[in-house]
Amino acid sequence: MAKQPPVPLLSNGKRVDGRLPEEHRPVTMQVGVLPNANGSALVAYGNTIVLAAVYGPREPIPRYITAPDKAVIRVRYHMAPFSTDDRKNPAPTRREIEISKVVKEALEAVVFLEQYPKSTIDVFLEVLQADGSTRVTSITAASLALADAGIPLRDLVIGVSVGKVGDTVIVDLNKLEDNYGDGDLPIAIAYRKGWILLMQLDGVWKPSEVKRGLELAFKAAENIYRIMRETLKGKYMMVVQQ
Amino acid sequence: MSYPFEIIPSLRRETLRRLISEGKRPDNRQLLGMRDLSIRVGVVKTADGSAIVNLGNTKVIAGVKFELGKPFEDTPNEGNLIVNLETPPLAAPTFEPGPPDENAIEIARIIDRALRHSNYIPLRDLVIIPGKSVYTMWIDIYVLNHDGNLIDSSMLAAVSAIANAQVPRAIIDGDNVKLDKSTKVQLNVNPQNMPLTVTYYKIDKYLIVDPTLEEEVMSDGRFTVASDGENIVALQKGSGYFTPEEVDLMINNTISIVKDLKIKVLEMVKTPAGSLML
Repeated sequence: MAKQPPVPLLSNGKRVDGRLPEEHRPVTMQVGVLPNANGSALVAYGNTIVLAAVYGPREPIPRYITAPDKAVIRVRYHMAPFSTDDRKNPAPTRREIEISKVVKEALEAVVFLEQYPKSTIDVFLEVLQADGSTRVTSITAASLALADAGIPLRDLVIGVSVGKVGDTVIVDLNKLEDNYGDGDLPIAIAYRKGWILLMQLDGVWKPSEVKRGLELAFKAAENIYRIMRETLKGKYMMVVQQ
Repeated sequence: MSYPFEIIPSLRRETLRRLISEGKRPDNRQLLGMRDLSIRVGVVKTADGSAIVNLGNTKVIAGVKFELGKPFEDTPNEGNLIVNLETPPLAAPTFEPGPPDENAIEIARIIDRALRHSNYIPLRDLVIIPGKSVYTMWIDIYVLNHDGNLIDSSMLAAVSAIANAQVPRAIIDGDNVKLDKSTKVQLNVNPQNMPLTVTYYKIDKYLIVDPTLEEEVMSDGRFTVASDGENIVALQKGSGYFTPEEVDLMINNTISIVKDLKIKVLEMVKTPAGSLML
């Protein structure tokens, strides 16, 4: 912010990668990719790739974290050392600890926790390749992996990032837009419920811009929701065929 | 903030929920009413700036310290700002010793973002030799008694301590830079840009602000809006879920709450207090 980008982020209404302001990068998904995990998913938003694994519901270790009336969700968001331009030290940063917390709080609102008292559901998120919007890609991956694990959910959760270049609100930031843009507004949505499960904001925004950002995020979530459903359906179709 | 092992009897919970559904609270406040606020600045003589905030029974102290530092590569013409928040075990039966946990880190990072984007601190004034030597401004926030709403009270403590901060003079001697702690000049903050947070807690479908610990523990959702009175400079959704309409409402509400609250805060940080008293 206030830093000069190496190339203009917007020229003639097009972004650095040729997208329109409201255009999301291609989204691809795969589920059940890790045989050891109870559920897993690989989700890509353009060049951002996140691997999610769900272990549980299982007996909590250490035991003292148990809740008597519901399951405890634990989330670890982590970036692989090779996922960024400069090697990232693998020790967890304050940023990663905060993201793990907000992702956990997003998921807690949709999992039927009360069905699994005294147990934990562990969600592990590894960013394998980072090109902006890693936390929202992680949320989509986490929710897909939870569904893949067969854990009952109130809704699927879709992460969408919104940002700002000057006065233009854009959808799904890439790394350049994240580093040099004028603001960042990651959002997670329970699509059918219309619930906002994660919302953070970086930069200076007018209230009207936040409103517009929310609208664009809901719009972008529609397509991602459809892809998630198809991906999950595809897995069961394969089982049926076998 | 939800800490485990904080238990409210279900009878009490039901009473509180019923009260809130009638637009009332146990301490006779309105749903969007804050507890009594007092701020005293300059209470710690060893700090370069300090403030103690009492918000009801929640007590938070913040200290500012300047050190010599190297600028970050991408900001050669700005001083460094580091916000740290500690929840020492003396502040609540549920706090345990150790490095900041996820709750403490989250609050510090919300405050950091709000301060950075509001342009309240003149970071460009904190440069000694561009690209080589700058001030590192440490903002250490200590919770002393946790009775709810740590985000807003910590933010108040931070902006107040910063308003009270004095920068030790830098002495440049060739390539050597030293800080002279005996001569200090007032930090020129931009008062009109002072950011404040308003954190909303959802109980059933009702939104309240400035909860006591009891109200906070039984809440179903948390959402923080930081504003300078005009723009939004940080948002953070905590637990629960919120609808777009609720978000809209909270944002608009915050702008008017912050406008009024800022006038009070600016008045309270004017005169340094004599000594440290809780």
